[in-house]
Amino acid sequence: MSSFPWLTTIGVIPLVGALVISVLPKGSAKLARPVALGFSVLALIVGILAATQFKTSGHNPQFQLAEVHEWIPQIGVSYALGVDGIALSLILMSLVLVPVSLLAAWHDVPEPGRRQQGYYALMLVLETTIVGVFASTDVFLFYIFFEAMLIPVFFLIGSFGGGPRARYAALKFLLYSLAGSLLMLVAVIALYQQGPGGSHGFLVGNLTGLHMSQDTERWLFVGFFIAFAIKAPMWPVHTWLPDAASEAKPATAVLLVGVLDKVGTFGMIRFCLQLFPNASKWATPVIIVLAVISILYAAMVAIGQKDMMRVIAYGSVSHFGFIVLGIFAMTATSQSGADLYMINHGFTTAALFLFAGFLIARNRSRNYPDYGGWQRVTPLLSGFFLLACLSGLALPGLNSFVSEFLVVAGTFQRHKVAAGFAVFAVILSALYMLLLFQRLYTGPKPAGKEHVRDLGVREKVVAGVLAVFIIGLGVYPKPALDVLRPAVTQTLQHVGVHDPAPTHGAAVDGSSK
Amino acid sequence: MQTLATSVPGLSALATSGDAGVAHNATGVASVGWLIIALPLLGAAILLIGGRRTDKFGPYLAVALSWAAFVVGLLLIIQVHGLNSGDRAFHKHLFSWIPTGGFNLDFGLLMDPLSLAFVMLITFVGSLILVYSLGYMAHDPDRRKFFAYMNLFIASMLTLVLADSYLGLFVGWEGVGLASYLLIGFWNYNPEFASAANKAFFSNRVGDFGFLLAIFFMFSAFGRVDFAGVDAAVPGTGKGTLIGIGLFLLLAACGKSAQAPLQAWLGDAMAGPTPVSALIHAATMVTAGVYLIVRSHVIFDATPDARLAVCIVGAFTLMFGAIVGCAKDDLKKALAASTMSQIGYMVLAAGLGPVGYVFAIFHLLTHGFFKAGLFLGSGSVMHAMNDTINMRRFGGLWWIMKVTWVTFGLGFLAIIGFPGLSGFWSKDKIIEMAFVGSGWRPWVFGLTALIAAGITAFYMTRLFIMTFHSNPRWEKPEFDPHEAPMTMKVPMIVLALGSAFLGLILGPTNIITNWLEPVVGRQEGHAVLSAPVLMILTFVLMVAGIWWAWRLYWVEVPVTPPVGTPLTRLARRDLGQDDFNEAAFQRPGLHLTRALVFADNRGVDGAVGGLAAFIGGTAERLRRLQNGFVRSYALTMLVGVVAILGVLLVVQ
Repeated sequence: MSSFPWLTTIGVIPLVGALVISVLPKGSAKLARPVALGFSVLALIVGILAATQFKTSGHNPQFQLAEVHEWIPQIGVSYALGVDGIALSLILMSLVLVPVSLLAAWHDVPEPGRRQQGYYALMLVLETTIVGVFASTDVFLFYIFFEAMLIPVFFLIGSFGGGPRARYAALKFLLYSLAGSLLMLVAVIALYQQGPGGSHGFLVGNLTGLHMSQDTERWLFVGFFIAFAIKAPMWPVHTWLPDAASEAKPATAVLLVGVLDKVGTFGMIRFCLQLFPNASKWATPVIIVLAVISILYAAMVAIGQKDMMRVIAYGSVSHFGFIVLGIFAMTATSQSGADLYMINHGFTTAALFLFAGFLIARNRSRNYPDYGGWQRVTPLLSGFFLLACLSGLALPGLNSFVSEFLVVAGTFQRHKVAAGFAVFAVILSALYMLLLFQRLYTGPKPAGKEHVRDLGVREKVVAGVLAVFIIGLGVYPKPALDVLRPAVTQTLQHVGVHDPAPTHGAAVDGSSK
Repeated sequence: MQTLATSVPGLSALATSGDAGVAHNATGVASVGWLIIALPLLGAAILLIGGRRTDKFGPYLAVALSWAAFVVGLLLIIQVHGLNSGDRAFHKHLFSWIPTGGFNLDFGLLMDPLSLAFVMLITFVGSLILVYSLGYMAHDPDRRKFFAYMNLFIASMLTLVLADSYLGLFVGWEGVGLASYLLIGFWNYNPEFASAANKAFFSNRVGDFGFLLAIFFMFSAFGRVDFAGVDAAVPGTGKGTLIGIGLFLLLAACGKSAQAPLQAWLGDAMAGPTPVSALIHAATMVTAGVYLIVRSHVIFDATPDARLAVCIVGAFTLMFGAIVGCAKDDLKKALAASTMSQIGYMVLAAGLGPVGYVFAIFHLLTHGFFKAGLFLGSGSVMHAMNDTINMRRFGGLWWIMKVTWVTFGLGFLAIIGFPGLSGFWSKDKIIEMAFVGSGWRPWVFGLTALIAAGITAFYMTRLFIMTFHSNPRWEKPEFDPHEAPMTMKVPMIVLALGSAFLGLILGPTNIITNWLEPVVGRQEGHAVLSAPVLMILTFVLMVAGIWWAWRLYWVEVPVTPPVGTPLTRLARRDLGQDDFNEAAFQRPGLHLTRALVFADNRGVDGAVGGLAAFIGGTAERLRRLQNGFVRSYALTMLVGVVAILGVLLVVQ
């Protein structure tokens, strides 16, 4: 079974689904949604099977489930897929979030027809590119998926977003992304020239540990990093995200913020740290400062928003700051936290956006002033929403806490001041999350809403699945950490850094607990 | 009792070090000690997940599971009591929690005399209050949720005291914060109550900020955050690190235990249903800060400077709360101020170090009984008076509500330290220990504690008279006061018995000191004034306080409060705590947030600059760009890629 092309299969399934949906004959047009859901669930099942083939103990190559084929050997491009623990967990997270989002988006385009088929086909195409971007072990192939992702997202926001500024937001998203991509393209090509060349010259493995001049390495690093920083997004190139997320449908926002943006932080680990270790260390002070600014700045701006989708979006920017901080603090603890945060943030953001979407579907407004007292109208939705908010403010026992704690604890080992500033987010996140909850759900019961129904079965399934992950990964994060641990060790080996020893650890016997 | 006799160290200055040694692997009941947490947690889960189906039996299930946790705790304490005093600590490893290549922590339970004392307090008082709630919340439509949250609270509080590491403790710590938030906001259809809930959570988070930094310091200094590991590493650690850890732990304690400067939330927290005020905001959760300091005694033993800060916070808050308590007309808010003040006593005692740890916990236990009793009594009064809480509308209720009057009266006598009752044994000990030492400290801390005892007697007598005596300030058709139902009376009676006798049982018999000594250590101290002199002084001040309040309020209490002196007016406004917070934090914070939002919409977006200009300002141009943009982009890309590939081929 080890030679079975698991990753290709996972990636192709949604693509086939998208094709099936787009060629559905008129008479069976109403099958578009069930077909989309079916294919995404099938991809998830295959994904779980693939994960059982993944080994976490013993000596393994960096990439497992690997497939390498020549593609355009003249220029060194291969069709090469493979995953380490980080990529695998991100793929699995995405495979869960797509069917959940599809289910939540059931009534986004209610009338069967071309438009509905287009919407769900685009979501599936997006899923394919997501799998591709995380699974690529060829730099050029990664770049192709990195660009290809933009197209379905652009249309999902611009054509299906529905808000008055949807087109503006879609264009802004595209331009920001392109600006970064073009820089990265230059860097990708220049990187190839530094490498051994040949028919597999773009393989990550062949580009790791190159000897470059200091300047070259730094320029290449910058080229990649800016693209990833925009994608992540980091302050000050974050402004496209609140617009895009608030103008998109909630399900699109989930895939955009919860999944696509992870490509940025994933790329920092896979490419910036692994391919340019010295430049990464060189850039660390600046990036740590930017990450801390992202954390605090976005949290404060989130407090001042009136649009609930924008609150969530800014909260995400703050959380991405934590992820970047953890990556560049470069300790085993902080990177474990950052990697785990990427997974946790996916579920937390999905819960926040989708539950907000459930509420918006009932009251047709994204703005605070139109709400109040909804706990008395939809108590169950209120409970789930609060759970999502608590996850967003990193309450212990819920998923985000473990990752946020690890990021800052690991950062503190090396950068006490930066970590000290980052901890202020503990207070700020409580403010923006609980003020959001207060404004939407508390207060006297609104008049004229007696006919509004609480969550239906479909919505309960969505909420239930997300709640299981939010609580499960909070109480027992070990399975995820076990998958991530070898990848973290590998990244740190590539960069060549060691954890600082405890300053007063001599008195302790040193045995691991 | 033989073991007790042998371990009393006479009058020697240094008694025990307080190192309980290594905790044994759990056997017997201790090996299922996790049930103590799991049972109430199960209750919360069933009630929350089961939804309306559990409306009928849910509350009873919650009460039963809470009592079940008490029974397990009791069996455990019986098992432990049979062992030698040095062997009374059990450790139970539960599961691998956060295994990373760097930070590595397992979840486990530490069952030692200190945590078991808390287990008893939490499960016994908690279960009694749940029984009371069956009556108190009988007519609330959301009754099921109330019991679910209460069980969640009990489970979290038990996690807090049973965890074997600082991070495990922190899980319980924020868990009780969540339960507190949910229950303060239980009636959050009232916007003020929703704000009160948020205020409590935010203040606690400021404390949690400190807690996290303390844990980070521990991890970077020691590489471990479990109690055993930290305690072992403290000797030989630099002063600066220890002071840092100590002060951040103190900040954490201030948030949770409503100590200055994070005390402002407790008064507002009285928005929650009264059983919540009794259990969470009087008997248990708010004392968690004291637990944290005493649990960290190895750190505080090593840093007298951090301990001094603890003493200052405790002394300041105990006086602050006492002054505020004198001015409040809201019965529950007056009791809340009193709680703040009493916890100030405990924090002061904890700050005194080995002479005080035991008495901090002792007072915490007796206070848990009498303050819970006082709150349940005030709930009974509210119940009888259509939820009125303004004491200026009470008066003369003693004849109508005899059980409430007697039980409340015992709590009242206990808290003011009436000789023989619980508070007398625990609080007087703290006052005595505050006079231990040399230089200015015993005089400042001792006199503060002593004078506040007199003020306590004044405000508690005022509160008692205004509620139960003096002239009735209510009329029949509007109010029809009546005694509470049996479910409410029985818990009040039990707690009143505790208020009366718990101190006598635990104090003069040395049971409490011998029980806790192996964990926290103990040192005999010599007060600068002799014990009998202090006892007499305390008694005189107490009588003076009672007399003064009797003189002012016995005959008549006006329904509209008099204007009062500037100090009274300031105390009614909680000595300006909210004004201070608003001026210092809220308003600047609001301006900063607004400025940032403005900057983010205009500045940052604009500064990204060329790109934004490229997008252009007008919708018109956008639309034009939009048409076929992707197509032209794709084309450009294609051309570009082909060109670059071509170049590469040539180069090769």
